[in-house]
Amino acid sequence: MLRFYDVELRSRLLLGTARYPSPSILTEAVKASGAQVVTVSLRRESGGERAGQGFWSIIRDLGARVLPNTAGCHSVKEAVTTAHMGREVFGTSWVKLEVIGEDETLQPDVFGLVEAARILCKEGFEVFPYTTEDLIVAERLVEAGCRVLMPWGSPIGSGRGLNNLFGLKALRARFPDVPLVVDAGIGVPSHAAQALELGFDAVLINTAVSQARDPVAMAGAFAEAVAAGRAAYEAGPMEPRDLAVPSTPVIGKAFLR
Amino acid sequence: MRILVNGASREIGAADLASALDELGYGGAIVATAVNGEFVPAADRRSARLADGDRLEVLAPMQGG
Repeated sequence: MLRFYDVELRSRLLLGTARYPSPSILTEAVKASGAQVVTVSLRRESGGERAGQGFWSIIRDLGARVLPNTAGCHSVKEAVTTAHMGREVFGTSWVKLEVIGEDETLQPDVFGLVEAARILCKEGFEVFPYTTEDLIVAERLVEAGCRVLMPWGSPIGSGRGLNNLFGLKALRARFPDVPLVVDAGIGVPSHAAQALELGFDAVLINTAVSQARDPVAMAGAFAEAVAAGRAAYEAGPMEPRDLAVPSTPVIGKAFLR
Repeated sequence: MRILVNGASREIGAADLASALDELGYGGAIVATAVNGEFVPAADRRSARLADGDRLEVLAPMQGG
């Protein structure tokens, strides 16, 4: 079973809650995905509209565990402060730690990420760092106290799938005992299946579901892809080879020339 | 005094953060607060004094990826 910190989960699909056509479609998509963890954020609340209060009641009704993010934070201080605010509002010590380094690719600032992770782990947070596939950064994050790593597949919202298969495989091989979640860049269910086939423990998906023509149907398709990918990993995929190997036995073939 | 609330200038009468939140329409709301970039836990709002020109951030749960 999948375990994040001390929490056991059946579903290997984590779902983001942003950019759905409507709150009811969000609710239906979460149900169809089977996700037990949903990501959320903190944004400015207007005293008049109080939009966040309605959103929070929808999320609570889902019965899923929430993973608050520090999306949009560009500095260590901003990310650490946002994590504290999220812990109070959402009542969880889980935090999806993002320290963004560059706006075009939303690539993590891995130096700031490691620094923020050190601070937050010491303060009792259970940190899910949004990182790259860099092995040394991953090592520093684990040293800092992170017991889950979330490498990107490709830039957030790009839908380009797993950009660096070699790097991701190396990360999986280097950290066999750390839960690894491919976060960001997954565009279609086959990308998710591929991540699970490679032995990644889970995937975090948002835009690929919320921006699909039918988000609820797409959430269901991702659930099946994740289950298939995991089953394939456990079944032990064959090794690819360069030349053909006949699958039908050659011995005993009739001589009919 | 005038303070910045989520980036907008507002005139308030309250002197502490808890009263200011009530005055600004956040009574009973689930929000997290920061003053001048520093997190102020809910338990400390009553004792957190506000001063002219302070920057108050009031954040609530929102959609996120």
